[in-house]
Amino acid sequence: MTLMRHHGGGIIVLTFVVALILTIVPVPEWARVARPDWVALVLIYWCLALPQRVGVGVAWLLGIIEDVLTGTLLGQHALALVVVAFLALKLHQRLRLYPLWQQSLTVLVLLTLNQLLILWVNGITGRPAQSWLYWSPSLAGMLVWPLVFTVLRNLRRRFAVS
Amino acid sequence: MVFALLSIVLMTADHRQHHLDQVRSALSVVVYPLQYLVNLPVSAGQWFKESLSTRRQLEEENASLRTKQLLLKAQLQKLSSLEAENLRLRELLQSSFKVGQRVLIAELLSVDLDPYRHEILLNRGTTDHVYRGQPLLDADGVMGQVVQVGPFTSTAMLITDPSDAIPVQVNRNGLRSIAIGTGSIDRLDLPHLPNNADIRKGDLLVTSGLGGRFPPGYPVAVVTSVKQDPGQAFARVSATPLAHLNRSREVLLVWPAGHHHHAPKAAKRPSSATGSDAGRAQAREGDPAGARR
Repeated sequence: MTLMRHHGGGIIVLTFVVALILTIVPVPEWARVARPDWVALVLIYWCLALPQRVGVGVAWLLGIIEDVLTGTLLGQHALALVVVAFLALKLHQRLRLYPLWQQSLTVLVLLTLNQLLILWVNGITGRPAQSWLYWSPSLAGMLVWPLVFTVLRNLRRRFAVS
Repeated sequence: MVFALLSIVLMTADHRQHHLDQVRSALSVVVYPLQYLVNLPVSAGQWFKESLSTRRQLEEENASLRTKQLLLKAQLQKLSSLEAENLRLRELLQSSFKVGQRVLIAELLSVDLDPYRHEILLNRGTTDHVYRGQPLLDADGVMGQVVQVGPFTSTAMLITDPSDAIPVQVNRNGLRSIAIGTGSIDRLDLPHLPNNADIRKGDLLVTSGLGGRFPPGYPVAVVTSVKQDPGQAFARVSATPLAHLNRSREVLLVWPAGHHHHAPKAAKRPSSATGSDAGRAQAREGDPAGARR
């Protein structure tokens, strides 16, 4: 393993902070149910781009912060994000080669899994989902993935995050 | 693997017991800057609106508030005489009843929480002596209760959350029941009323104070529909909350009288007119019969 100097950690933290802010920023009621899971999207991107820096541990910490931020059960988002990060790390070499639309589809699967885990936890603790609209954040996430990917890639190149 | 297990352990601990309240309230300080940042545009907008409003607007507002206050004062006069009479009668009956609760105004932070939970974030925390389970009102009725307290913020669950239930009684005849949240912002259900219960459309539901959590006598909801199906054991009764659950920006945190959870010294009274009543209520706290409800 070559000794590599990491830099640009501030940019990674900044993108996560922005994602967390987007998670709680007030939006109109119709947009609220379909709010994409920004934290999961940004996490997937960094897992693909820099698997040696951003991994399961970061995912867990982020999940805990998201839990406190949104008032959900402590560990709920953490569990979901840990699984997503794990799969993204496993698949990162394959995913990097995919064209953008194919990546989007894979991201849809990851996001749906993320929501499925949260749904299970909610179901176990007595909060079943009430409608099919519950899954709309995953679809929205798939649609915004190309945007997230492009913006974050430009950021990464611009600030030479490695 | 380790992290997944750790999350599951955490979730169990959080769900089963409340061991993690300390952790959560510590972490809530960490996320407070984020919440503050999100709330900033809204509060800045309000500040601008206030500081840029013209003299005439202010004068008009002042005048309308003045008339409103006059009206309310007139109503309050009647109310305080009724209250005194009520207390006197209750003393005759040797039952205890307390008036003069402490309240504190809290503001909502404009932050979106989980869309499938009816929860709101308030800008008061343990530094203002907010406690878990504290009732929350707005100008028109009961809004909910505090479920999570941090040093500077607290989370409150609205009465329409599916996991919330509030003991109520019909104001007209004192019929007791429990109103359960449905998950839709404008409906509560009363599932435990028998078919022959005396309840009608338009009945006012007030808190009964039986759970010991909400003070008695505050309006909660108005019954909107009563369906009696002879084949079913219970009537299907639903009601609409009176509080503006998704519109209020300022809410009242209440310290029920007799609650010994060190209420704040700086807390405001509802108005100066109830000062004497509050003094009386405190005097009654020394009375052993009065301490029980």
